[in-house]
Amino acid sequence: MRYLPKSPDDRIAMLGEIGVKSIDELFSSIPAEYRITRDLNVPRQMAESEIIDWFRARAGEMTAGHAIMLGAGAYQHYRPVIIDSLISRGEFLTSYTPYQAEIAQGTLQSIFEFQTMICELTGMDVANASLYDASTGVAEGVLMAARLTGRMEAVVARTVNPQFRQVLATTIKHQNLPVKETGYGDNGRVDVSALEAAVTDKTACVVIQSPNFFGTIEDVAAVAGLAHKKGALLVVVVSEAVSLGIVKPPVEADIVVMDAQSFGVPLGFGGPYCGVLATKEKNVRQMPGRLIGQAYDKSGRRGFVLALSTREQHIRRDKATSNICTNQGLMALVATIYMCIYGREGMRELAQQNLSKADFAAKQFAAQTGAKVLFGGAPRFNEFVVQTKDSPSSINERLRGKKIVGGLPLTEHYPELGNAALWCCTETVSKENIETAAKAVNA
Amino acid sequence: MAYPANYRYTKDHEWINVEGDAGTVGITHHAQESLGDIVFVELPKVGAVVEAHKQFGTVESVKAVSELYSPVSGTVTAVNEELASAPEKVNADAHAAWMIKLKLSNPSEANELMSAEDYEKYINEEK
Amino acid sequence: MSDINKNVKKVRPHINQNEGLIFEKSSTGKRGYKLAPLDVPAVDSAAALGAAERKDLGHMPAVSEFEIIRHFTRLSTWNYAIDLGMYPLGSCTMKYNARVNELVARLEGLAEAHPHLPPAQAQGALRILKVLSDALIEICGMDAITLQPAAGAHGEMTGVMLIRAYFQAEGENRKKILVPDSAHGTNPATAVICGFEVENLKSNPQGNVDTAALAAQMTGDVAGLMVTNPNTLGVFEPEIHKIAEILHAKGGMLYMDGANMNALVGKARPGDFGVDVMHLNLHKTFSTPHGGGGPGSGPVACKKALEPFLPTPVVVTKADGTLDVSFNRPQSIGRVKAFYGNFGMHIRALAYIMANGPDGLRMTTEDAVMNANYIRKKLEDVYEVPFSAPSMHEVVFSHKKQAEHGVKTGDIAKRLMDYGFHPYTTAFPLIVPDHGAIMIEPTESEPKEELDLFIDAMRCIAREAEEDASIILNAPHSTRVDRFDEASANRKPVLRWKP
Repeated sequence: MRYLPKSPDDRIAMLGEIGVKSIDELFSSIPAEYRITRDLNVPRQMAESEIIDWFRARAGEMTAGHAIMLGAGAYQHYRPVIIDSLISRGEFLTSYTPYQAEIAQGTLQSIFEFQTMICELTGMDVANASLYDASTGVAEGVLMAARLTGRMEAVVARTVNPQFRQVLATTIKHQNLPVKETGYGDNGRVDVSALEAAVTDKTACVVIQSPNFFGTIEDVAAVAGLAHKKGALLVVVVSEAVSLGIVKPPVEADIVVMDAQSFGVPLGFGGPYCGVLATKEKNVRQMPGRLIGQAYDKSGRRGFVLALSTREQHIRRDKATSNICTNQGLMALVATIYMCIYGREGMRELAQQNLSKADFAAKQFAAQTGAKVLFGGAPRFNEFVVQTKDSPSSINERLRGKKIVGGLPLTEHYPELGNAALWCCTETVSKENIETAAKAVNA
Repeated sequence: MAYPANYRYTKDHEWINVEGDAGTVGITHHAQESLGDIVFVELPKVGAVVEAHKQFGTVESVKAVSELYSPVSGTVTAVNEELASAPEKVNADAHAAWMIKLKLSNPSEANELMSAEDYEKYINEEK
Repeated sequence: MSDINKNVKKVRPHINQNEGLIFEKSSTGKRGYKLAPLDVPAVDSAAALGAAERKDLGHMPAVSEFEIIRHFTRLSTWNYAIDLGMYPLGSCTMKYNARVNELVARLEGLAEAHPHLPPAQAQGALRILKVLSDALIEICGMDAITLQPAAGAHGEMTGVMLIRAYFQAEGENRKKILVPDSAHGTNPATAVICGFEVENLKSNPQGNVDTAALAAQMTGDVAGLMVTNPNTLGVFEPEIHKIAEILHAKGGMLYMDGANMNALVGKARPGDFGVDVMHLNLHKTFSTPHGGGGPGSGPVACKKALEPFLPTPVVVTKADGTLDVSFNRPQSIGRVKAFYGNFGMHIRALAYIMANGPDGLRMTTEDAVMNANYIRKKLEDVYEVPFSAPSMHEVVFSHKKQAEHGVKTGDIAKRLMDYGFHPYTTAFPLIVPDHGAIMIEPTESEPKEELDLFIDAMRCIAREAEEDASIILNAPHSTRVDRFDEASANRKPVLRWKP
């Protein structure tokens, strides 16, 4: 087999040196009744060209070359070429978790830069080296808030991505941590008075998303005020990271959970993505996930090391802040490179383009008969909800032939909105496609 | 290393200096030596109630965490704030670097603890 | 310096570039991007966002494209990697990360696939999920699987939740999970997250599960045992069938941590020896790249009894042969992650299985076990073997002989860097006395040449421990940076750059 660097002679020599006559002797510790003597029923060994052909055929059964107007937790943005050039270097791709600092400074320094940039973007003091994604990050954030406050209830807005709320429910099911959900108003924002009524002195945290699932930007300061008044913490989820280029960062939050997927991580049918958790300095010892810290070596050289490891599973075991071990390291590197490429000016210009595209798209939809753009009255970023006479699935079916993937039908999670869909418009969608999509609301 | 004769000691390597119904608690020189460089000490708040032989905090080195167990039962009356910014004081002089002060709820509990002589014998046996 | 490294054969010093933080090279006006011009009217962001507008991007970098290439290229040269040489890390299975995997993962139809695509437009991706699922079920000897968990620890959580859901459905309120003292830290951490009490199970003097202790501790209050097999010493549990029997007799479940599957693929199947539920690490056994700390993927395979509780959505085949996703699982534990899991790693793992086929997979496992035993044979005279049972794909020594000279496992590991290798796993598993474990897993990817260089390096270091321990205690000598003052770094953590 072409990955195995042994000739038959090598094997004979090595088995001889070990002192066994055949390889089977080395498996004799497996009871005979469990040793397999047949071939596994898996695909036969394939040549490289065959593997590529097979996957190419699968890729051909997807939506390559289509315009994507779907968001809802995964965003299509242009991916600069040098990202793959750099992460494909074997020293990044095939290196291990940086436990041995002396020979992992490349990884450690790049993560330190990642942590710094996430702090700059979110307004927090410290950020970790990544979590799996925002959905699991929300659960980590709520558990962290519970540890910090000693309280065991959470209040979560329905304008938080439904999948995030589902993962939260599954993860904390066994933690005796009831979750209250609160609704939203006509402006698409979380209903602040309902929130106020739901928060008590037993509430560990309030969880909102901004821009929220409908694309609307929440009044983070107002929500923070009412949470803090009752001694609860505020967890803000940022799912569309590009928004941080032009939307005020959620500085009033105690914990920010985000996904950096928009920063150069491909859509990839849902993963791997790049969750991050960031917080204020005083909360650092309750953070989950790896942290990279600056350090000096014996000769006074500056470098970087894994820091505050005593929070983690390999030391704290059953008392760890999380069970996370492997995280999303390479994706954090992708995001770091992306943030360097766009940088101070580019992150803003990119966000501005997204804002403009979505604004234009919303106006196109609003101009169609039988279509209504919901939730005016509060600012949005690059997503918006359109309510239509025709069903969203029929509209999307019309767009298939035009190679456009339409908005996400909301009937499953927001049946009260009737025929409504969540549309996303990033810098990647052309004016022409926007106009075509808008016209498709009517047959 | 001389273990102060007026202190009492636990098998978990904490010391307590009892004066009437007030006690001062820390960890022993032996403990700080086995832990290595101490980077963080987690202590309870003033007013917290502690129980004899139950955990009241933790002490961390770079690669390990150890629980701190209270020698006696009582209420925390003071916490050494210095250790928050300078945990290395425990390494420098463990018998001077107090962690918490207690009002003992049952002062006779202290009589069950080891004397300095017994503690020294105990740690020598451990080796 | 040339004197202390006179026995080093694998590496020579070489100039590599210094590089500061990217922020230290930033200046206003430098840019690394150019956006295509807007084809729609530009919106006045102040008008559109009002108070929600951000004015300032603070200290985000401002650098040119070429500076970014230089920066990260220089950083990369400071890393050790599998592509450069062996990582002997125990239970990490640092094998070759095949490049065809990278190519197929980047095919546009797959890389650009939005996870909210309706199933009718995502047949290619669903087919990949199905074919991989079937292959992994076969490899594990199980009945069903979920690919949703993002890493091993996440898989453990999912698996233990399945157990919990099962007992809840049976109307039983079992409170405990047994975890061997040789277990990886994620095992107890996970059990606690799932609301169980962790009860420690002591290993016997051979380092295996003590079946007498297990029988004593197995009650109707114990939901299950989390076992790693082969265990963290690299030893196959000789009484695995008895372990399964003891648990099943009292209605308990056997969970297997699949981190050590590289010793079993194609040779034995956990489902056959009594495992009810297990997780796999695609970034270990199935060659997906470690990437400096992830991403990984932790599928969970299970027997029929646990299938109803698997996370949703589930991939199903329709009558016409096309694939669909179903949420219609009333007993499901729900979602453990958004979307379908780390799909990019699913692609890579499937490509690995296809490149191997059944014969390649079997040969891979055989070579992995042979390599570990070769190392054991060639080092057992100079490093103590604390547990005499036969090793499978990894071997554990202890630092006992070297500790007589004041040299510990962590020190030997640092000196190994001067010899051009990444350290093995130090101080784990905890059942090796005195925190003295030296845990080595070469994997099948190592040629005899690399193994011989490793053996030679370890033998030289053993000699150094006797002749001049200070060389080891002050190691590494040849790396770009020396040992760090970790105590100071942890006392006053600096976790971001500031201007």
